[in-house]
Formats: sequence, structure tokens, C-alpha cells
Amino acid sequence: MAATEDKKATGRAAQNGFVYLPLIAGWLVPGAGHFLLRKWGRGALLAIAIVCMFGLGLAMQGRLYAKADDILDMLGLVGDLGSGLLYIVSRAIGLGSETVQLTTADYGTRFIVVAGLLNVIAAVDAHNLRTGRKA
Amino acid sequence: MTFSPSHFSAVVLFAACVSTVFGITMRETPPRMLRYGIYCFVLFVGSAILLSWVMYLIAR
Repeated sequence: MAATEDKKATGRAAQNGFVYLPLIAGWLVPGAGHFLLRKWGRGALLAIAIVCMFGLGLAMQGRLYAKADDILDMLGLVGDLGSGLLYIVSRAIGLGSETVQLTTADYGTRFIVVAGLLNVIAAVDAHNLRTGRKA
Repeated sequence: MTFSPSHFSAVVLFAACVSTVFGITMRETPPRMLRYGIYCFVLFVGSAILLSWVMYLIAR
């Protein structure tokens, strides 16, 4: 009975405020959407996984896509932009700008793109939690 | 700082990060998240090993 009341109260609280805030916060900072919803454990794990993947990509001398000359570059740029502030800050300080001809550098580029795509999935998950579509 | 993992290490790192996110986002309760995360990790690494053997045997 008390659990049902708690659930109803949580549901009512979820209806207040700007509904897209967890989505936007989650996109800008990995895990922030879950932190806003007080899902500390999930948020921390998501942040660790995504930031580690992005960092490993850069450490492997992966490249950050900067321009969209052809369709593959465009797709890579969209994937990179999914990382939000990680991408913007890394570009601003000049990381991932050199083209390195190494197998691991190519892996690093993929790690960075996939980190961005995973961050989008995590942000959408935060939005689903906020709207009550997911428990 | 540079990092040059072997191909297998790269697969394991990739699988660990992706499985964590998949597990948390695709399931609703923590036990099911854990199970799904492990399932994804095993599939990622297992399929990489299997495909490696297939390519090795084709190349011979």
C-alpha cells in the first residue's frame, strides 16, 4: 500500500518541470540525466562506461570528425556529436585532430563514435525514466 | 599519453563498455540489467573469437 503511494508520488513528481531536461543534460554530460532523476548507480555506471570509451578512443590516437565532406564523415560527425560536451571540449583543446595511420588509431576513432552513440541511448533512457515510460 | 591494446584487448574493452550501457538501458530491474549485460558481453567476445577462427581457417 505504502509502496503504491510512493510510486504515485514519484509519478506525480515526474510530471512537474521541464520534461526534456534529463534528455538534454544526459546528452551534454554522460550520466547527468540519470543523476537528475536520482538514479545515482545507473548514472555513475553509464558515465564511467561512456567517458572510459571516449577516453580510450583518444588514448588510442583516434580522430575526432571535424567536417562533413562526404557521407561517411557526416555519419562519423553525427556519432561524435552524441558525446555532447566531451566532443566540444576535446575539439576546443585540440585532441583527436591528427590523422595517425595505425590499426589502433582506427579502433580509437570507432570507440569515440560508439561512445557518442551510447551517450544518445543513455540520454533517451533518462528521458524515458522522466516521462514514466520506463521504471 | 598513447595506448595500443592488442586486437583482443580492444574487443574486451569495447564489449565491457557497450554491455554496461546496453544492460542498464535495455532492462528495468537491476538483476535483469546484470544478466543482460553479461549476455551481451559474452556474445560480443564470443562472436569475435568465433569469427577469428573462421577467418583463420579460411586463410589456411
